[in-house]
Amino acid sequence: MKPFAYLRPATPEDAVGALAARPGARPLAGGTNLVDLMKLGVEAPGTLVDVSRLPLDAVEETDGGGLRIGATVRNSDLAAHPAVRARYPALSQALLAGASGQLRNTATTAGNLLQRTRCPYFQDVSKPCNKRAPGSGCSARGGVHRDAAVLGASEHCVATHPSDMAVALAALDAVVHLLGPGGARTVAVTDFHRLPGEHPERDTVAGPAELVTAVELPAPAAVRSAYRKARDRASYAFALASAAAALDVRDGTVREVRLAFGGLAHRPWRARTAEDALRGAPATEESFARAADAELAAARPLPGNGFPGNGFKVPLARNLAVDVLTHLAAGAPGAAR
Amino acid sequence: MSTRRPVLGTSVERLEGRDKVTGRARYAAEHTPPGTLWAQTVPATVARGRITSVDTSDALAVPGAVAVLTHEDAPRLHPGDDPVLQVLQGPGVPHRGWPVALAVAETFEAACEAAAAVRLSYAAEEHDCVLTADHPGLYAPEQANGGNPGTRVRGDFEAAWERAPVRVDGTWTVPPLHNHPMEPHASTARWEDGRLVVHDSNQGSSAVRRTLAGLFGLDEEQVTVVTEHVGGGFGSKGTPRPQVVLAAMAARRTGRPVKLALPRRQMAAVVGHRAPTVQRVRLGAGHDGVIRALEHEAVTHTSAVKEFVEQAAVPARVMYTSPHSRTVHRVVRLDVPTPSWMRAPGEAPGMYALESAMDELAGACGLDPVELRLRNDPGTEPDSGLPFSSRGLARCLREGARRFGWEGRDPRPGVRREGPLLLGTGVAASTYPVMTAPSSAEARAEDGGYRVLVNATDIGTGARTVLAQIAADALCAPLAAVRIEIGSSDLPRAPLAGGSSGTASWGWAVDKACRALRARIGEHGGTVPRAGLSARADTAGDLAGLEEFARHSFGAQFAEVQVDTRTGETRVRRLLGVFAAGRILNARTARSQLVGGMTMGLSMALLEGSTVDAAFGDFVESDLASYHVATCADVHGIEAHWVEEEDPRLNPMGSKGIGELGVVGTAAAVGNAFHHATGVRLRDLPLHPDKVLTALGG
Repeated sequence: MKPFAYLRPATPEDAVGALAARPGARPLAGGTNLVDLMKLGVEAPGTLVDVSRLPLDAVEETDGGGLRIGATVRNSDLAAHPAVRARYPALSQALLAGASGQLRNTATTAGNLLQRTRCPYFQDVSKPCNKRAPGSGCSARGGVHRDAAVLGASEHCVATHPSDMAVALAALDAVVHLLGPGGARTVAVTDFHRLPGEHPERDTVAGPAELVTAVELPAPAAVRSAYRKARDRASYAFALASAAAALDVRDGTVREVRLAFGGLAHRPWRARTAEDALRGAPATEESFARAADAELAAARPLPGNGFPGNGFKVPLARNLAVDVLTHLAAGAPGAAR
Repeated sequence: MSTRRPVLGTSVERLEGRDKVTGRARYAAEHTPPGTLWAQTVPATVARGRITSVDTSDALAVPGAVAVLTHEDAPRLHPGDDPVLQVLQGPGVPHRGWPVALAVAETFEAACEAAAAVRLSYAAEEHDCVLTADHPGLYAPEQANGGNPGTRVRGDFEAAWERAPVRVDGTWTVPPLHNHPMEPHASTARWEDGRLVVHDSNQGSSAVRRTLAGLFGLDEEQVTVVTEHVGGGFGSKGTPRPQVVLAAMAARRTGRPVKLALPRRQMAAVVGHRAPTVQRVRLGAGHDGVIRALEHEAVTHTSAVKEFVEQAAVPARVMYTSPHSRTVHRVVRLDVPTPSWMRAPGEAPGMYALESAMDELAGACGLDPVELRLRNDPGTEPDSGLPFSSRGLARCLREGARRFGWEGRDPRPGVRREGPLLLGTGVAASTYPVMTAPSSAEARAEDGGYRVLVNATDIGTGARTVLAQIAADALCAPLAAVRIEIGSSDLPRAPLAGGSSGTASWGWAVDKACRALRARIGEHGGTVPRAGLSARADTAGDLAGLEEFARHSFGAQFAEVQVDTRTGETRVRRLLGVFAAGRILNARTARSQLVGGMTMGLSMALLEGSTVDAAFGDFVESDLASYHVATCADVHGIEAHWVEEEDPRLNPMGSKGIGELGVVGTAAAVGNAFHHATGVRLRDLPLHPDKVLTALGG
């Protein structure tokens, strides 16, 4: 681990100032991912700007009937928040499906959004990885890639975004609040994470000195929402694939729907093709399957190279989408698995 | 004294339990003598080749860096019997992750930074890391692990197979598995006036002392290895590991104490692993299910450093009637880290294949799988012809079936549905050999109490506690009057905690020493003189005089699984084991050993496995986030029971080892339940959702 400076600014503005003044500085909140990566030598910031004590830990009602979630609200607190449980169950379920109790007690909202891929090659500094060392090559394409992306990947990177929470936020039309040297701005969470393209080293559209200050949820498009996750192990495992959905059905017809996939791409994958196919369609398992298939037609699985490939993610994601939508349509109470 | 109740067999709490949960118990890396330096290894980044140049200038420029050891300047070691320990002795790189340098610094952080700053150039050579069943380099080894013959043939398998009316022919694969004890391998070493003193995490410090003495050219009396508490080993600490050699080298070089704790991610390459196996089993039987022909062929890998052959075909020599039998191992040397012992080497993967094949045979014969096993329960050990000292398999199967509610089970696969879930149940047998090694011990009567000294190792099993129980009973003394001292090579020499042999081996010596001490006290008229009395015992002669019997423990495990047809997720709802392991000496610690083994078996069935990266030559899943071991959420309704078993042909306690028995057969029970649930045979562990979903047709 390389020596680094440690700053603890008193205000978000000071934090932004510190980030801007020190190139290569990184904000530190819960540290559950960043500190691990520093130990591995994947991240080597010259300065850590500790934002964990900034006054950004509130969950507040907004005028529009939504919620504004402070950047440093802990994952476990957010999952347990009564307003989240009542109005955004998919978010609560997604948070509880992630990591372990100990990690959720430490990890923050912004940190969860900004966590980095768990691609094994990204985490191993002795091997090529375009995300970690641009231009060095992608070891996953020709290597072990059962967990890799099937949607939106590039020849330079097939990594997936590991967050559960972000998938629910994508389905719930959340907006990310950023504060930077040039002032404050907002970005839809579905635009916040990038696809890898030619620059897999850039996970998000946030600038190096921009600080996530909050995530805002609009009033829910549909009261009913849920999250489904498939994983190797019953707890403390990243999603092989996951689906978050919100659904409003009237008289057997889909009035409004939001659907997002996790574990499939470099970012939470908002399934707009599926949504378009579903609006006005009968709320049946057949429609759901057809819509999911339409979305997943763009999938480009990797072959495995003698190892397990990742083609299973396509039927898995379809099944999860059908399952979560069918469940919501049936009016049964939402329950995380 | 005549009314004294024995403490053996009761549920005595772990003597050091309070120390462990309060953090008072100190492990090898928690000893920090004044002036201690920290060390970190530099792992090789090629899978095969030679180091062509070394540049330590950047590393030594790190503030706090004290030394960097490489093959160019590291202390020379004497030859030893384990080439895995010959680190920093030459430029050759036999596999990726092989330690090629050691950075030593004033702090842990500086050691890490210095290690990362060591510049090495390699001449990489072409490497070959992938095991295949038809690899051209496969050969038949003379021996498999444990001194077992590589090949055994009885009768005429091919002829009997050809004639058998019912046949099962399948191939089962198990990926590389990793021990991953909670406490990583760690050592703190210091030299004092030419003596070497180390705190080391291992499963037997008498052997570590002998090894270190050999490598550093010392008399054994010049070396002390302290192993007070160990946070698990599962075989990976059964032999000395490179960290203890490196720490001692660095301490010699710097003249200061040096501490080296392996990072989790380096362990897979350095501390051994269970080698992957490709196992073909052919069973030929009559319509009555009685086996006429049995073949078990295990293909596995070893490293270029040394030969280690996972003895997966060995349990087939013990388990079932098999007048015509062929059990064979074949191995290939690959450019991979050296495999070694992992909890029940041989039995764990071998019984997965054999017991899965037995389930298929039951189906082929239209027999209940419990009944099939009862019909093939042999009177003598098939391979040796020896009588069993005791064989409780049939009783375990019957008792397990009763407790599990097996009777009336619908044998049809794939017919039990609960919404999207398919449900099924399965059974498999467990077995493990009873091993005992010579041990010495000393018992002393002094200060109104007793001290019992034996260099046993408590790797978390409760060894310290059960030895105190054995001593108390042999001395006819209350448990509180016995002080047990273990975990230092300065104590009477004892074998390692391995092969499920610890309690039997150490306990025998403790029992013998304590009885001898009682006799001496008797000679003194029943009173202990002020100077105290002591007695030493050694069991080498007793073991040499043991009658020839086939000695094994047995068990039966029953599993109920659910398979989610939407996601391919398989979860175990219930797991019940019944074991026959002689006399159970401490019900509390025995149950936790057996439940722990079964949990590891469940984990092997559903979760565990690493991938050898063909391009880079290492194990891809090298941390506990990517190498999945079972969490609490994966384990439901787990029960371990045992049947009474009196066996006078074992040792004075009448016990059989239980450390490894629980992990044997579990994966087959789960896999058989998976088939009962789905109607699909998946012969490739673990039963990951991707395989399951694909097998179920998406």
